[in-house]
Amino acid sequence: MTHEIIISGFGGQGVMAIGKTIAEAGMKEGMDVSWLPSYGPEMRGGTANCSVVLSNEPIITPLVQNPTELIAMNKPSLVKFEPAVVSGGLILVNSSIIEIKAERTDVRTAYVPCIDIADELGNLKVANMVMLGAYIEATKVVAFDMIHEMLSHIFTGPKAALVGLNIEALKRGAACIK
Amino acid sequence: MAKELWKGNEAIAEAAIKAGCKFFFGYPITPQNEIPEYFSKRLPEVSGCFLQAESEIAAINMVYGAAGAGSRVMTSSSSPGISLKQEGITYIACAELPAVIVNMMRGGPGLGNIAPSQADYYQATRGGGNGDYRTVVLAPATIQEATDLVQEAFDIADMYRIPVVVLADGMIGQMMEAIEWRTPKKRELPKKTWATDGTKLQRQHNIVNSLFIDAGDCTVQNQKLAKKYEAIVQNEIKYSITGEEDPEVVFVAYGTMSRVARAACMRLNEQGIKASLFRPITLWPFPTEQLKAEAVKPNVKAVITVELSMGQMVDDVKIAVEGAKKVSFVGTGGGIIPTPQEIEEAAKKILGR
Repeated sequence: MTHEIIISGFGGQGVMAIGKTIAEAGMKEGMDVSWLPSYGPEMRGGTANCSVVLSNEPIITPLVQNPTELIAMNKPSLVKFEPAVVSGGLILVNSSIIEIKAERTDVRTAYVPCIDIADELGNLKVANMVMLGAYIEATKVVAFDMIHEMLSHIFTGPKAALVGLNIEALKRGAACIK
Repeated sequence: MAKELWKGNEAIAEAAIKAGCKFFFGYPITPQNEIPEYFSKRLPEVSGCFLQAESEIAAINMVYGAAGAGSRVMTSSSSPGISLKQEGITYIACAELPAVIVNMMRGGPGLGNIAPSQADYYQATRGGGNGDYRTVVLAPATIQEATDLVQEAFDIADMYRIPVVVLADGMIGQMMEAIEWRTPKKRELPKKTWATDGTKLQRQHNIVNSLFIDAGDCTVQNQKLAKKYEAIVQNEIKYSITGEEDPEVVFVAYGTMSRVARAACMRLNEQGIKASLFRPITLWPFPTEQLKAEAVKPNVKAVITVELSMGQMVDDVKIAVEGAKKVSFVGTGGGIIPTPQEIEEAAKKILGR
């Protein structure tokens, strides 16, 4: 099984971090992984994206043309990448700020109001973790336990309190997937 | 050892430190800035020195100095910055000093852009500076290979007293892959008895120089260098061949482009068109004989060079194939990476299928 994922949004929405977390979790579960950012001038405020590949086979190229999954954190990302998603693929939409629906009928779609949920949790910074929770629930590509373990390595010392918040964000995101 | 997720540029810097690199001199340029950034954090921890020079020209001359004193030293830059370093590189080559130079190629010519490119092939393999000199040129295709080759680059540099260029592109610099830290095969490296590291009143002064004002002396130096280059050609060629053993079409590609060419190769093989990928890992010395052996296999109808340039390595491919088979070029310069489908379709057109 090969997952080819495009995660796209405004700079600052944590799209690179979502990708890195998925890649790292995949690696820890024994898969071959790659993470490729768009690194152009768009990093300074415009739309940024990254391509992540997870596979049980050796990865040939890290370039993703037709994603099996698209995580659209803003409207330009949905408009730009929706046509490229493979038939039968998955589109996750940040419905807090994307007011339109995906037009494709041959793909699975889920609408995750991740900024609203993050706001309810009291920290807008975890919006990307809400989306990550939804992604993992929808794909089962990695185990939630793996992400929990990683979080406890990322947030240590005075930041240890953030582990609980991030886990809650993941759970709330997962709950958006029916 | 457990796998670790590393960004290309950072992995290259850490690999250099693991290889005993104590000095880094550079000047910022995208898409390689994580290399100096990483060195600036890590070199002080290993009692080394990171210095951001006032220019690329200053940086390469600092490399000249540190190499002359016998230290393991590295610089990195991207295409336009490497152009500025050419004068220093030819001096280092003539003075026979070991140094490692990383070029994370970007779109050109001129200031170009920051997208991945392979348009500095001529500059790297022909010597962008003046005079009859060579640099060993290593072209990694994955982050794992980059970490392996950077470590080996320091050994090759010390072994032959030669500057070694690691030639990659923005994509390899910016992407992350899982790697294992490995050490290169052990080599018997010569002692640096030539280094200008202080006589301690125990020996005569060593002189590091690239000025041979007497024509006879300069001729001797040229012939000495040529002999060294011959030994490198004999001993240091690296390449890989993947795909079908009895191919109809042979792709030749290196670095980032070899990964896309491999995907094209697999697509063709799935359709019953037998294809192989010949990937030079050393661009100089170029695996000339080895490529010829692949190209002259009886069923080969086309040899197709795929590059992120307007066609540079294709010259070396033609030299290797010696007219035995038709050599074609697919690719473009400027930063757009051809897709596997585009390469596949171009190959079918060349094959007349």
